[in-house]
Amino acid sequence: MNLDIENAALILSAFLFAVGTAGVLVRRNAIIVFMCVELMLNAVNLTLVVFSRSLGLEAQVLVFFVMAVAAAEAAVGLAIIIAIFRHYEGVDVDRFNLLRW
Amino acid sequence: MILDFSSQLHYFWALLPEIVVSVTALAVLLLDVFQRGSRGAPSARWVGALAVAGVIAAAIANAWLLTVEVPGQNDMIAVDGFRVATNFIILGATALGLLFSFDWLDREGLRIGEYFFLVLMACVGMMMLGGTRDLIVLFVAVELMSISVYVLTGINRRDRRSSEAALKYFLMGAFASGFLLYGIALIFGAVGSTNLSLVTSEIVRGTEAGNPLLFAGVALLLVGLGFKVSAVPFHAWTPDTYEGAPTPVTGFMAAGVKAAGFAAILRIVTIELAPAEPFWHGIVWWLAMLTMIVPNLIALAEDDVKRMLAYSSIAHAGYLLVGVSAGSSLGRSAALFYLGVYAIMTLGAFAVVYVVAGKGDSRSKLADFRGLGWRRPLLGAAFVVFLLSLAGFPPTGGFIGKLYLLSAAVEAGEVALAITLVLTSLISYYYYLRVMWKMYFEAASDDAPDLDRSGPAFRFATVVAVVALLAAGLFPGHALRTVSEAAEGLTPRSAVVAPAIGQTNAVPPPTAVVHTPADRS
Repeated sequence: MNLDIENAALILSAFLFAVGTAGVLVRRNAIIVFMCVELMLNAVNLTLVVFSRSLGLEAQVLVFFVMAVAAAEAAVGLAIIIAIFRHYEGVDVDRFNLLRW
Repeated sequence: MILDFSSQLHYFWALLPEIVVSVTALAVLLLDVFQRGSRGAPSARWVGALAVAGVIAAAIANAWLLTVEVPGQNDMIAVDGFRVATNFIILGATALGLLFSFDWLDREGLRIGEYFFLVLMACVGMMMLGGTRDLIVLFVAVELMSISVYVLTGINRRDRRSSEAALKYFLMGAFASGFLLYGIALIFGAVGSTNLSLVTSEIVRGTEAGNPLLFAGVALLLVGLGFKVSAVPFHAWTPDTYEGAPTPVTGFMAAGVKAAGFAAILRIVTIELAPAEPFWHGIVWWLAMLTMIVPNLIALAEDDVKRMLAYSSIAHAGYLLVGVSAGSSLGRSAALFYLGVYAIMTLGAFAVVYVVAGKGDSRSKLADFRGLGWRRPLLGAAFVVFLLSLAGFPPTGGFIGKLYLLSAAVEAGEVALAITLVLTSLISYYYYLRVMWKMYFEAASDDAPDLDRSGPAFRFATVVAVVALLAAGLFPGHALRTVSEAAEGLTPRSAVVAPAIGQTNAVPPPTAVVHTPADRS
C-alpha cells in the first residue's frame, strides 16, 4: 500500500514535470512560460519529498534549497519581464525579434 | 594544515577563497551605497578597484589551499589540485573581465556598484561549481552563478537588446535548471544520497547497474549542464544572448560560465560518475560531435563579429567536450589547459569588439572592423593574437591547447572526434581570418567614427592577456605540468574502490544530514 502511494506520487510528479516542459515549449506569453518553469521545479520538489520517505532527509533539505532558489529566480525573472515590458509594451515572446531567435 | 570535516568550522577554511570573494562583494555593495549618496551619480573609481583587490586576495587564499591536506575525500566541497586550478582560471577570468569592463562602464554611464557585486557573486557561484562534490551544492552553485549572470545580461535597461537577451537567457536558463534538478532528484532516487562519493560507490557496488532511474538522472543532469555550457542541441539561446548582452558581460559569461560548467562536468561526469561510463559516454560523444560541426558551419555565414564570436564560443565547447569524452586523466588535463587559454582569448576578443562597437554597442558588423589594424595598431595587433589563438595557430596558447586535446582524444581511441576537431578547426580559419583580412587589407570608410582611447586598466588587461596567450604557446611546459598535476589529483573513483567491492565502502560523510543508504528497501 505504502509503495503504491509512492509510485502514484512519482508518476504524478513526472506528469507535472512533463506539463511544465510542454508549457515552456508551447506557450508564447513570457509570464506563462515562467509559470511553467516554476511548475517544473515544484514537480521536482514533489519527487524529492516522495523519495525522502524511504531514502532519508537529505532530499527534504534540497527541497528547501529549491524553494529559496525559486523565490530568488522569481524576483529576478519578474524584474526582467517588467524591464522588457517597458520596451515592447507586451510580454509575448514572438514579438521580441530584435535578435534572431 | 590538516582539514578535518568532522568539525564544521573547517568548512570555513576549505571555502576561504569563496568567502573572501563573497565578503568583498557585500563590502562593495554597502560601501557603494554609502559613498554614492544621491541617486544617479556614478560610483567612485575605488569601488571597482576594491572588487579587483578582492579577487586578488581570493587568489592568494586559493594558493594557500594548496598547502592544505584533507584526509579522505567524502566532503561536500573538494579540496584538491583540480579545484585550485579551476579557481585560478575563474578568478583570472573575473579579474580580467572587471579590468576590461571599466572603460565600457564609463562609456555607457553604468559605473554602479551593483555591476561589481553581481560579477563577484557570479564568481563565487562559478568557484563553488568547480569544487562541488555534492549534488545540492551543485544546484545552489549553478543557480547562484546563473541568477547573477541573468541580471548582468540585462544590466543595461535602456537598451532593448540587453533586456531581450536577458529574458531569453533567463527563460532558457531556468528551463535548464528544471532539467538539472530533475536529474539530481532521480539520481538521489536511484542511489539514496546526494553526496557524490556515495553515489559513486553505490554504482560501483553494482546494485544500480542498469537502473533506468539512474540512467535517466544522469541524462537529465547532462542536459542541464549542456544548456549551461551551450552544447548543441541546447545552444539555441547562446547566439541571441551573447549578441544582445553588454559586450564585456558577454566576454565574462562566455569565459567564466563555460569554465565553471566544464569544471563541474569534468569532475562530476568523468570522475564521480566514471563507473557509469556506459551511460554517459554515448551522449557526450554525440554532444561533442554536433557541438563542433554545427556552430562552425553557421559562423561561416555570419557578418556580425559579436555573433560570430558567440558561435565560435559554442564551437569551443565542442572542442572541450572532446576532452570530456576521452574521459582519461590526459583528457581532463587537456580540457583544463584549454579552459584557461579559452577564458583569456574569449575575454580579450569580446573586449576589442566593444571598443570597436562604440557607444551603445551598435557597430559590431564585419564592415566596422575595416582598417582597424591601421587606425589602432596596438589594439589591432592584440585582436590578431586573440583571433589566431581562437583559430588555433602557433605560437599561441590555442594551438598548444588543441594539440593537447587531440593527443588526449587519440590516446583514448576517439579517432573520429579527433578528425572532426581538426576538420572543424580548418573550417573555422575562414571566419577568423576574414576578420583579419578586413582589419588590414580594406580601408575604413570615411564616415567611420573615431574610436575611444582605452584607459589604463584596459591596456593593462590587454597586455596581460596577450602575454599569457603567447607564453602558453611558446613556453607551455610549466602550465602543462600544473594542469596535469591538477588532473592527476583526481583519481577516478572506480580505480580506488573497485578492488574493495563487497566491503561497505567509506565512512559516511560528516555532513549535517544523516545518511541512511543502508536501510532502504
